[in-house]
Formats: sequence, C-alpha cells, structure tokens
Amino acid sequence: MGDAQKLKRIIATDCGSTTTKSILIEYIDGEFRQTVRGEAPTTVEKPLNDVTRGVINAVTELEELARIKYNDDSIKFTKDNKIWLTNKEDQGVDAYVSTSSAGGGLQMMVTGVVARMTGESAERAALGAGAIVMDLIASNDKRANHEKIERIRHLRPDMILMAGGVDGGTTKHVAEMAELVGAADPKPRLGSSYKLPVIYAGNNKARDIIKETLDKKTDLIITDNLRPTLERENLGPARDKIHDLFMEHVMAQAPGYNKLMSWTKGPINGKLVDIPIMPTPAAVGNIMQTIAKVNNIEVLGVDIGGATTDVFSVFTEQRVFNRTVSANLGMSYSISNVLATAGIDNILRWVPFDIDKSMLRNMIKNKMIRPTTIPQQLEELVLEQAIAKEALRYAFIQHKEFAVSLKGGQRQREISEAFSQSVSGDTIVNMMSLDLLVGSGGVLSHAPRRNQSVMMMIDAFLPEGITRLAVDSIFMMPQLGVLAEISEKAATEVFEKDCLIYLGTCVAPVGKIKHNKVSLTAKIELPNGETFEEEIPFGELRLLPCGVDETAKATLKPARGLDIGAGKGQEVETELHGGVVGIVLDTRGRDPFVLPDSAEERVPLLKKWMKELDAYPMEILE
Amino acid sequence: MAQAYSPGLTVTDSIVLRKERILPLKGKVLVKKGDKVKANDFVAETLLPGKVVPFNLANKLGVDPKFMKDYIKIKEGDILKKGTMLAQTKGFFGMFKSIVKSPIEGEVESISTLTGQLLLREPRIPVQVAAFMDGVVVDIIPEEGVIIENKSAYVQGIFGIGGETNGEIKVLADAPDAILDPAKIDDSCKDKIIVCGAIATLAVIKKAQKVGVAGIITGGIDDQDLKDLLGYDIGVAITGHEEIGLTIVATEGFGNINMAKKTFELMKQFEGHKTSIHGFTQIRAGVMRPEIIIPIKFEVEELKVKEAKMSELLIGTTIRVIRQPNFGMIGKVTGLPEKLTPVESETLVRILEAELEDGQKVTLPRANVEVIEE
Repeated sequence: MGDAQKLKRIIATDCGSTTTKSILIEYIDGEFRQTVRGEAPTTVEKPLNDVTRGVINAVTELEELARIKYNDDSIKFTKDNKIWLTNKEDQGVDAYVSTSSAGGGLQMMVTGVVARMTGESAERAALGAGAIVMDLIASNDKRANHEKIERIRHLRPDMILMAGGVDGGTTKHVAEMAELVGAADPKPRLGSSYKLPVIYAGNNKARDIIKETLDKKTDLIITDNLRPTLERENLGPARDKIHDLFMEHVMAQAPGYNKLMSWTKGPINGKLVDIPIMPTPAAVGNIMQTIAKVNNIEVLGVDIGGATTDVFSVFTEQRVFNRTVSANLGMSYSISNVLATAGIDNILRWVPFDIDKSMLRNMIKNKMIRPTTIPQQLEELVLEQAIAKEALRYAFIQHKEFAVSLKGGQRQREISEAFSQSVSGDTIVNMMSLDLLVGSGGVLSHAPRRNQSVMMMIDAFLPEGITRLAVDSIFMMPQLGVLAEISEKAATEVFEKDCLIYLGTCVAPVGKIKHNKVSLTAKIELPNGETFEEEIPFGELRLLPCGVDETAKATLKPARGLDIGAGKGQEVETELHGGVVGIVLDTRGRDPFVLPDSAEERVPLLKKWMKELDAYPMEILE
Repeated sequence: MAQAYSPGLTVTDSIVLRKERILPLKGKVLVKKGDKVKANDFVAETLLPGKVVPFNLANKLGVDPKFMKDYIKIKEGDILKKGTMLAQTKGFFGMFKSIVKSPIEGEVESISTLTGQLLLREPRIPVQVAAFMDGVVVDIIPEEGVIIENKSAYVQGIFGIGGETNGEIKVLADAPDAILDPAKIDDSCKDKIIVCGAIATLAVIKKAQKVGVAGIITGGIDDQDLKDLLGYDIGVAITGHEEIGLTIVATEGFGNINMAKKTFELMKQFEGHKTSIHGFTQIRAGVMRPEIIIPIKFEVEELKVKEAKMSELLIGTTIRVIRQPNFGMIGKVTGLPEKLTPVESETLVRILEAELEDGQKVTLPRANVEVIEE
C-alpha cells in the first residue's frame, strides 16, 4: 500500500468507449475527498487516434473548474501537454491513475475440456480480470471441430485463455483443443504486427504438448492450472497473467496507450512507480469486493453502460465474488439488442401511456446510431427507463445463471459436490440475504430524479425482504478501484463520502396472495417524529420519508404465507436505513412478481405505483 | 471551459479523400504508385487459406493413435486429391486390408500421433480488392495494398446496409421531403444509385431489387421495413455484409425524416455522375459510417488531405437536430450558454440555442445535435 498521508492531489481518469472521465481527489482537513470532475470525448479512434488527447482535454476541464472553485488562476495539472506529476507543494499532482475500456475493452476467447467445469472456470478467470468473453469453446460443446476452427478464426480476440484437465490427468483433450487453436491460426484484433497472446492454464502434464503445438504460432504464456483438481479452482495466476498481457499487448496496440502508460504513476514506499492501467470492469470489481469486505455484507452491483451491462456480486459467508458481462445489453450502442432480446411487448409493459410500436422501434434504432443523445422529452425518458428495466432484468438473469455454487475461488469441495453442482448449477445469488444493491451507469446515476433509479432497480432486480439501495453518484467506481492500488484509504474514504449515494431501503414480502388481502402490517417510527402504521394490501407501493444517515424503527409483519426474511408469516423488528429517496414498502409480490397482460388493467397500476414513488411529473401520469 | 466538441457528419461538394485498400492477408499489389484507377479495377489480390477439415484417422483405422505411423501414407504438406489414400492397414496375411481415403481436395496441414487427428486444408480461395473509388494510387503498402486518393463531392451517411457498389446517380424524388412512389422505379434505374426523399419504404426497396438498382440513397428508413427486408432484427450496429442485392445509405436516420436540403441538392447537382457508395456501419470500437463518394476532376497537385480534427460547436455552426423534438431539422447555433439547464425531461444538461431552418428559435441539449461539416 502506498503512502496515503503524503498524497495531496490525485487525478484519476477512466477512458470509456465514448467519454473520458476525470476526477480530482484532494487531501483536505485530514481526509480524502473528490472535489472536481471533468470529461471529454474519448479520442482512441479516428480522426485523432490518440487516447491521450481526450485525457488531456478531460484534465484541462478539471484544471479550469478547479481554478474557478478555488478562485486561483495558478492551479495547473498539465505541463508540456502531459499530466504534471510533481511532489512540489501546490503544483501539479502527486499521482495519476487510469482505467480503460476504450476500443471495446478486453475481448477474450476461452477454451476448456468440459464446458461446465474447466470451461466455466476459465470463463470466470477471464471475467474476473475484466474481460468480455466472446466465446467458450470446449471439447464437449457439441460443435463439430471444423466449426470450432472457423469460430476461433472469425472471432479475432485480444487473447485466448486455454484451460482443461486436472494436473496429471489425461492430456488428449487439451492437446486436441490446442490443435484446433493452432489450425485456426487466429489473428489478434488490433493489428497483425504481433502474435496473438495465448495463456495456457490447464493440466501441467500437457505443457510440453501445448508448447510444441502453439509456441511458434502464438505468443504462448504458461501458468498454473486454474483447476488443479476437480475440487479446487485457482484463478489468481491466470487472472494476473491476463492483466499483464492486457498492458503489454492489448493496451500497447491501442492508439496512444503507450504514451498514457508512461504517465500513470504514483508513490509507493516513497518512490514514484508505474501504476498499470486497469480494465474498467476489473477496477469496479475491486471496489465492490472492498465494500463487501469492509462492511462484511452481501453486495450486488450493476453497471449499465452504452454497450454492455456488468453485474458484480459478493454472496455467501465465504464472500464469493462473481462478475458477468452482458456484452450486448446496453443503453446506446446495444439498445437495439435489448429490443431484440426482450421483445417490444416486454418493454411496453413498463410504459404508462400509449405509443405506436413503429415509432418506438425507430426511436430505439436512432439512439443506437446516435448513441450520445439524451432524452429531451419526458415521454422519451420514460421509454428509455422502460428499456433500461429490461436490459437490467436480462443481465441479472444471465448473472444468476453464471453465479453458481461450485465456482468459488480456491474453495475446497467434495468431489461429489463438485460434480452434482457443476451440472445442476444452483445459483448462489440469494435476493433475500442480499444487504446492498448498488446501481451505476448513466441511466441509473444520472436519472433526473433519484426516485426513478429506485424504481428501475426495484422493478428489474426485484429485491426480496429488506435491502438497502444505493447509486454511484457520478460513476467514479472505476477510478476508485484503481486508486485502491496506491491508497486503499483514499479510495474507501472517497467511496463512502462522495461516490455512494444511499437511496433508501426496500421492504418486499416474498410470495403471492389475493389482491384484496393484507400483505404487510407495518409500524414504522419515522425520524420526523411521525409513526407510519398501515395494513398494506397486496399489490401496493408506499414511499416513506427517511433521509440520508437517518434510520427508522420498524415492526413488520408479513401475511401468513409471505416472508420478509424471518420465515413465512414471521414478524421482524428492525431498523430501516434512509436515503435521498426514503423507505419503499413494496407489496406487489415476489417470486412471482406479476404484471397484468392487458393494458387496461396494467396501465392504471403503473400510474398508481409511479405516482406513489413520485417517479415522474404528474402531467405524464394523469 | 474546454472546447465543446460534437459528433459531426460531412456533406460537401469538394473534399480530398484518402482510402486504404488493404488485403485481409498478405498478397500481391497489382498497381503501382501514380496509376490512375477506376472503381472496379482490382488493386491487390491474395489467396486465403482454405477451410480446415479435421479428420480423425486413428478412429477410421480403428487403431490407437500412437500406432498410426505404421499405416499412414502421407506427410504434412502433401497435396491431396479427393480419394487420395491417406492410410492403409496391413490386414491379416495381406487380406482384409482397409484403406482410408481423403474426403477432400487440398493439402495435409498436420498429423497428430497423440490425438490421431489429421487436419486437412481445402484449396486456397482467391480474393481480390477493388479500388472502390476512381482516383490515383498515391502509395503502395508492399504485399498488403494501396492508398488511393481523389477529389470528390462527399456525403457521410448515418446508417447503411449492403457492401461496396457504384453507379450513376439518378434522383427520383421531387423534393427532400418526398415519399417516393415505387412506380417511379423502372428499367432505366437498373445499375443506378437512386435517390429517394424522406424515406425508402419496403415497397420501394423491393421494386429496386426487382429492377436491379445498385443502390438507394434515402433520408430515412423504417425499422419494421428493415426487419421485414432482412428477416431479423439488427441487434448491434455492425452492418454492410447483408446480401440483399443492393446497398442502402440512410443520410438522416430511422423513420420518415426529410433528407437534409444540402444533401439533396448535392445529389441533384451531380445527377448522372458516377458515384461509389457503401453501407458499412459500425458505431463502436472504430466508428464507420456509410459513404457517398462522387469523384470530380482534379489535378494530382491538389491532393492535400486536410488535417483531421474534431468538429466544434461555435456560434454560426450548422447543425442537425438528432433527437425529438424537431428531429432531422437543420439550423444554426445562436448561443452556447455555459450553465447546466433542465430540459422537459428534467435532465440537467448543457444546452445550446439555435435557429432552425423554418425560423423557429429553440433550446436543445448539446448532446442532441451533430455538426454538419462542410
């Protein structure tokens, strides 16, 4: 860990596909705070082809805003057209760190022998390292060999991770997979001037065979088996190699990154050293795990971007971390794929007014081809948020399917358990035990009303029992994730004080009863001195005021057959945390949550719920 | 404040264009520096490796892979005809020999005595790269391709489908806001690039396909029509590889949207001229937009490509509104207030003030306009 106390000013940037975001973190009155933020278009593509131009633009904006904030024209963060790193008091900055997902991020292909065993372990290693997994190819995946070869050749990943076999086991299938990769002779995505990096993390007995087959054709790196025995995953070494290669190969090929890599530096043990650029999702994963660790809680996080939606979770007592990427679910570049995946009717079921389907189709496509536009009209905002609910819902479904019980990092299991669970794949995502749901990404972080973020998160994730909700205020989780590399103190302090905005708490009984029956009997002593007391029927929403840093003492009794965490019909006495929105009591049912099919029944319900949540101006809900 | 950048699309009657024409694999360049080329001339060619066909020889022979070498009759690199003997077992006392023959014509890529697998490769496939636009070869990249330059009237579209094509421009629409009657497309449109107004309906596209039109330039296209035409929903905007017999370039977007007057007038001005168009669209990780390239006369000395820069929003800049309300309208920037301002959706944004072509004065989020570069 770095010399947190000596750091006075730190600049962190995140070079996204569209925008480069910069933040300034300063050490003020004994604590680290994020003080100024700036942004500029990313310049990794034509016509500029140099990521540092966007970085300098974003940092120049920081500089200008800092001068206004402190009314001091001498403030300067850049010098000679680069970030000015200096240890001089009141000049330049002490550290500069960055993450990147520009140019489509890190795109990988993984191979294994058994798709649901070594294949999934390889996929987990790649995802955990911040990659998008373009395909998983396994000996038993039912495609003919020639189809696999065509697929590998066609994909052009940034790198390939090969797993397969336990240490000392049979080598035949791993060898066969290497032959297929060799036959495809894959070319890297970002240029043919270098050999494609291939990481082998499979059966150690097959290393010589792999070398013989792939050493000449690819840039082969061999590391420890990520599944040394059936009962154990060992993902660390493969993940570390992916990070190294991301820097050495992928980033080095992207326009301007060589220059940027020479800029990212920070003091560690008194010396200014290089701080590697981190893939954005790996940095977000870092900070999510830190929240779970520091607070000893279960966390589910989502980052919905323009092109992809990432879901991160930390569940079970062992705090097992999982990350999934829904590569084609997003709010701009991939918005049309949300329509293709969910279907127009699933989107329209969240819309409280009539709209011509063809108009909606064209609106979605226009957003796809002009991804940086924002909804100016209220109706378009409602439609985008309806689309977001479906994108989030599908990304979460994919996450639940992937986050299954076998797949803990370095967790010992019985052989019988390994077999049965890898096949049955019980999800470890338990919405009832979840403590905190964190949303981030433009549509959640920048919703005009925070109440809209609450609505989107509840409707998409359907939290069960008692769950706190928060959003990342300006999406600075990536920067904080990489900042933790030089100063965990700075990262966590800024995270708690400036990044996370607590929205409130959702209380939702699980189960279904008849509509006119009482679902939840609630008695809540609110911080304003009032007591809320109601027998809330099934199918309702209530929003109660309870501010940030406030709590309310609650006695909650679900109806017989319903559960809020203590068992069916069991009363719970607890403290509910407030937030900028408040406490939401949601008796609309869980497991299942059902929306009526007919618009005549559904639209009045949507309007009632949206009014109760104060999600939109009244004129659109009349 | 830092400069206000905005995405921009070029519409101009004269620009120096530079195009790389590169082979997918190393090969042979067919032209030399200084050559004048036409759009359909081939400038480079290569042979792509044929498809790999895995073939489990040990299984066919019914032997353990490590004994395969006793029976095999071929070696790596051998050229094969369909039916060439690959291996033969010894049989019992010279009887009951079994022979395994090659299922394809091609060559032997590799033989694995560990897995018993042969990898056979089908014959190489010739690939040629055409110049795509009339121009001059200004540079050669040895074994890879060429760089061609010319001077053109030029329009960047916003979305397209179908690959590279060329033909003469024929303006069928009467006005940029017209909706074309399919009956106007007759045999005289064969191999032409036809220009519609505000929309190319499915009926127009179908008729154009029937007549043999090379390409359609239109203001808008309806998404449901596109789905009906292709048979699937476009999920992610990576297009240009559709095989529908023609190329479509939309200059404005989806729906019924008037073609920008300037674009329409440019098409009128160059009616009868040969133009090269393509529908390649990719919005992310290497933005690619469809292009309309109309080569004009030039002297080689004129070929100086302007330095690339990002489009800037300034007072007086011509803009196109790219989101509702007023989607598709053209205007000029009249003000660039710095303060974040709420719009109807309550979103706090940086705005600009503009006067639209119909005289309307509006306030718009800066994110909802694009600069029309001239």
